Amino acid sequence: MGRGGLRMLWLIAALALALAGAAEATDYAPVTPGRPLVFPADAGAHPEHRIEWWYVTGWLEDDDGNPRGFQLTFFRLRTGIGEDRPGRFSPAQLISGHAALSDPALGRLRHAEKSARASGRLAGATAGHLQAWIGDWRLEAQDDGAIIARAAGDGFAFDLRLAPSRAPTLNGDAGFSRKGPRPEHASYYYSVSGLAASGRLTLDGRATTVRGVAWLDHEWSSEYLPEGAVGWDWVGLNFDDGGALMAARIRQSDGSALWRFGTLRSAHGTTRELPPDAISFEALRHWRSPASGVNYPVSWRLDVGDFALVLEPLMDDQELDGRASTGAIYWEGAVRALRDGQPVARGYLELTGYGGRLRLGEGSPGR
Amino acid sequence: MRRGLAAVFVGGLLRRRAASALSVLAIALGVALGLAVQLINDAALAEFGRGMRTLAGDADLRLAGPASGFDDALFEAVALHPLVADASPVVDIEARVVGGDTTLRVLGVDVLRLPAVQPGLVPRADDGTADAPFAGFSQHGIFLSPALAGRLARAAGEALVLQSSAGPLRLEVIGSVPGVAGQAVAVMDIHAVQHAFAMAGRLSRIDLRLIPGATPEAASRALAALLPAGVVAMTPQASLARDAGLSRAYRVNLTMLAVIALVCGGFLVFSTQALSVARRRAEFAFLRAIGLGRRRLAAWLLGEGAVLGLAGGLLGCALGTGFAALVLDGFGGDLGAGYFAGIAPALDASPAAMLAFVALGVLAGVAGAWLPARRAGAISPAAALKAAAGDPLAAAPGWRWPGPLCLVLATAACLMPPLAGIPVGGYLAVALLLAGGVLSLGRLARLVAASCPAVPLPLGLARARLQAAPGQAAVAAAGVLASSALAIAMAVMVASFRDSVDQWLGKVLPAEVYVRAARGSPALQLTPSVQQRLAALPGVARVDFRRHDQLNLDARIAPVSLLARPLSADGRELPLVGEHIVAADPVWISEALVDLLGLAPGDGLDVPLAGRAHRFTVAGVWRDYVRQGGALMVPLARYRELSGDQLANDAAIHLAPGHNAADLGAAIDEAFPAIDLEVVSPGEIRRRSLRLFDRSFAVTYLLEAAAVLIGLAGIAASFAAMAAARRREFGMLRHLGLGRRQIAAMIAAEGGLTAASGALGGALVGGAIALVLVEVVNRQSFHWSMDYRVPWLSLSLFVVALVALAALAAVLAGRLAMSGSAVRAVSEDW
Repeated sequence: MGRGGLRMLWLIAALALALAGAAEATDYAPVTPGRPLVFPADAGAHPEHRIEWWYVTGWLEDDDGNPRGFQLTFFRLRTGIGEDRPGRFSPAQLISGHAALSDPALGRLRHAEKSARASGRLAGATAGHLQAWIGDWRLEAQDDGAIIARAAGDGFAFDLRLAPSRAPTLNGDAGFSRKGPRPEHASYYYSVSGLAASGRLTLDGRATTVRGVAWLDHEWSSEYLPEGAVGWDWVGLNFDDGGALMAARIRQSDGSALWRFGTLRSAHGTTRELPPDAISFEALRHWRSPASGVNYPVSWRLDVGDFALVLEPLMDDQELDGRASTGAIYWEGAVRALRDGQPVARGYLELTGYGGRLRLGEGSPGR
Repeated sequence: MRRGLAAVFVGGLLRRRAASALSVLAIALGVALGLAVQLINDAALAEFGRGMRTLAGDADLRLAGPASGFDDALFEAVALHPLVADASPVVDIEARVVGGDTTLRVLGVDVLRLPAVQPGLVPRADDGTADAPFAGFSQHGIFLSPALAGRLARAAGEALVLQSSAGPLRLEVIGSVPGVAGQAVAVMDIHAVQHAFAMAGRLSRIDLRLIPGATPEAASRALAALLPAGVVAMTPQASLARDAGLSRAYRVNLTMLAVIALVCGGFLVFSTQALSVARRRAEFAFLRAIGLGRRRLAAWLLGEGAVLGLAGGLLGCALGTGFAALVLDGFGGDLGAGYFAGIAPALDASPAAMLAFVALGVLAGVAGAWLPARRAGAISPAAALKAAAGDPLAAAPGWRWPGPLCLVLATAACLMPPLAGIPVGGYLAVALLLAGGVLSLGRLARLVAASCPAVPLPLGLARARLQAAPGQAAVAAAGVLASSALAIAMAVMVASFRDSVDQWLGKVLPAEVYVRAARGSPALQLTPSVQQRLAALPGVARVDFRRHDQLNLDARIAPVSLLARPLSADGRELPLVGEHIVAADPVWISEALVDLLGLAPGDGLDVPLAGRAHRFTVAGVWRDYVRQGGALMVPLARYRELSGDQLANDAAIHLAPGHNAADLGAAIDEAFPAIDLEVVSPGEIRRRSLRLFDRSFAVTYLLEAAAVLIGLAGIAASFAAMAAARRREFGMLRHLGLGRRQIAAMIAAEGGLTAASGALGGALVGGAIALVLVEVVNRQSFHWSMDYRVPWLSLSLFVVALVALAALAAVLAGRLAMSGSAVRAVSEDW
């Protein structure tokens, strides 16, 4: 299971839902090994599963070469509520969007979020091909395969075209990605690395053309985190030579890894699943948020067996404090990867569970 | 000297304890009533406004549809409109609690869209309930505002069973709506409400927040093309003003009642001050003789009035605040009239209002003391010390023409159109009639005296005195006239109203049995299958089904009721008033719509049905005492054809010969165990309606009684004053050989004659005021007409009793005069 505080929040909400028995009767589709992923059909929504997300992250540079990070996520949650009665306001499927921008000139994140019931043109995620939307936010594959990513928040907006240069990378066992020691803790998970991004970025009303490199994660499941998990560290990197790396670990409360997983794509296009023992995260430097007091390991030494990388953030303050609204507090931002002191890759790093355990239900819709 | 004078004047008030107490009480009554009405209105309106603002939240614009809702497909188009930043859909229904008569307002909302538009409505789940995190989407959970939770006595975790369209719906109270304190509302998931309360695919309204820079006017214009007929765009402020306006006339009427009480209080101060001035003539003459100026004497007397007014004002403030608190607790903010149902206003005793009413009390006291003070100032010291001249009240005022002039002006005032829905001209006419009546009293007293036979002797003396000094009688009779005029006006108006309502009920309730679903709400309706089964029950000869809805005809006026029922082409089933025509596509409008929309028979009227406007022709006007905001009636078949809506809200059942209502009621209960239908007889509806009517007029009966008491107290005070001034005259009469009894009879006759002229004037003025109330005030305030009816018998009894009581009061007051010895009384005349 990948990354994201919001994702954790949704998982906890789904867990609460199951505990409450509200969704007991709901027959969620299971995640089983051996199911082949078919494209473009599997790029679309899987409404029979409980939870699903499309996660776009990347680096953008304007004409002056200023680097910025961006992120756009769509979540889909099957609540199991009101499925027996159709209607425009049925809460059976909920859609949530989250967008963020890391701008070193500002020194902190700009971000925005939206949630709505899936309904017509207001919000939804289409099965069969990549298409998710909420209000005027949109993530959609076009006929030529390019993906449109569009979102706007307070003081920022982006409208990007993400052109794929390669086929999706299936994580885990051909897309069956385990998240814990027990096989039911698993998801279907693939990544599209090396997306060529181009388009417009608007900051405080000033529009600039930007280009860069992006990454799409798509994951769906009906299960939640294994017991004992308090958070995770995740990184996705696009190497300058065309290679790509996804590595993550799920932490227990003592800080040790409950589970580790990763996928390495070589510059030549061959991919292989990294064995858990090969992946090691070692914190090099911490940054304490002056706003929340949470201490985040923002710089890492990441060992993936064949080689080691040092991860350095685009800026230290990429904290997302959503405790007042969503209840989640986490760090999610653009990072550079250095090998032997030389920058070799750009990507995104996510650190969750450092701000204490999320309280059950807090900040979820309806509260 | 000042201290000494204070003892003479203000101290004098304490010596005349009974009279002062009466004056203080009368002013206190007026102030208390006025302040209570003001405080209750303020509290109700403040809570009403606060509630509306909470419910509307930060909305810049509201799209409101009929009570039956509009197609929820509109929401998507509106929410995605470029001028709209956020949109929040609401289904607003009234639901009935199973096994009780309680109804509650349930708002179906989308919790994800509330925070941006109506943050005050965001529900908070109770931590104890199981599905807290997704509680906002719960299909079986309900959130209660604190006020509603208190009223229903339900805590989180407890069950609440509501009558839904599919039978009893068992819900769990899963939390509260902390943002709405005084409003009794429940919040549920919009999807759940749509399905449970027959609103599937429908919305009641959409509240909008606009993008920065967009004005509500521009957005209204831009959205107009999207809106189906019957859905109007308005700002929450306009909506608030529109709804508050409905109760404005009612509130002003209550305030007018309080003003009348205050005027009566002023009259009493006048009477008692006149009395005390008469009694203290010698005292004043002495003070004048030792150098107290004319003006200063008058000022001290005015000061006495002010002290009485202040005491009354303060007492009235305390009473009024207590009364307001009691009423708010017991009846709610509209004294049970139904304008502010569902809110629990809290008393907010504003110092400004209190100060204003204390000032009004002082003003009443000073105004009452004005004339006696002027008269006292006019006393010539030498003459008064010698007591050669008559008493100060004896001089007949030179009022000749103002009386008739007032009556003419009153007629003109009646022709004034209402100002902002308030019948200002009507109130002015009432005041002018009263003034005209009082000013014409001297003439009337002379007339009454002249038409009275001169035997026996005491009556002859009384008659002669009244003819010789009508001004004096006029003063005494003024209180009687004012109070009896008000009492008679109220009595005639209420009788006319009650009689008309009674007749109207007979006309609108022709069937033997009425069956209805939940009160005034679209939440529970008679479906076609229920309708068929109802019609097929044994004993049913004919069923007329009726459908109700609330339509937005015009953004300027409050929603209008739509009623559809089987009707003949000429509308003969309706309580029609005025001319009516036979039209191809008829609609009959209530009198309110005649006033509000300026419509007349033959005019066209666009009625939005099922999102499309249809052109009807106004065929006639009917009288409606229920829906003050206006109602229109269309034939049921035509309504069903145009709207496609086959539901009904209630049924009027005509029984087959040989069947009775009780058996049918039992059969209905047996046939529909799940849907909790209410079966009532027209007699029961009539009883209930009239009970409600009587309750809402109870406060006027109270005022009538108070007015009459004040009038009688005025007679007693005036006669005590006259008796005090005429002690020498009585002594002389005793010397001339008249017995005590004969003098008592004379005073009684004077009192009776005075009261009779007052009562006669009161009857005439009261009858005229009643006419103004019926034809102008009610018509302009509430838009309903009624048939003028005079309850002759009870009014005659009232007048006779009043005259008898006045005679008694005069005798009692005169006893003081008769108590002294004849010798001493004469010897007072040095």
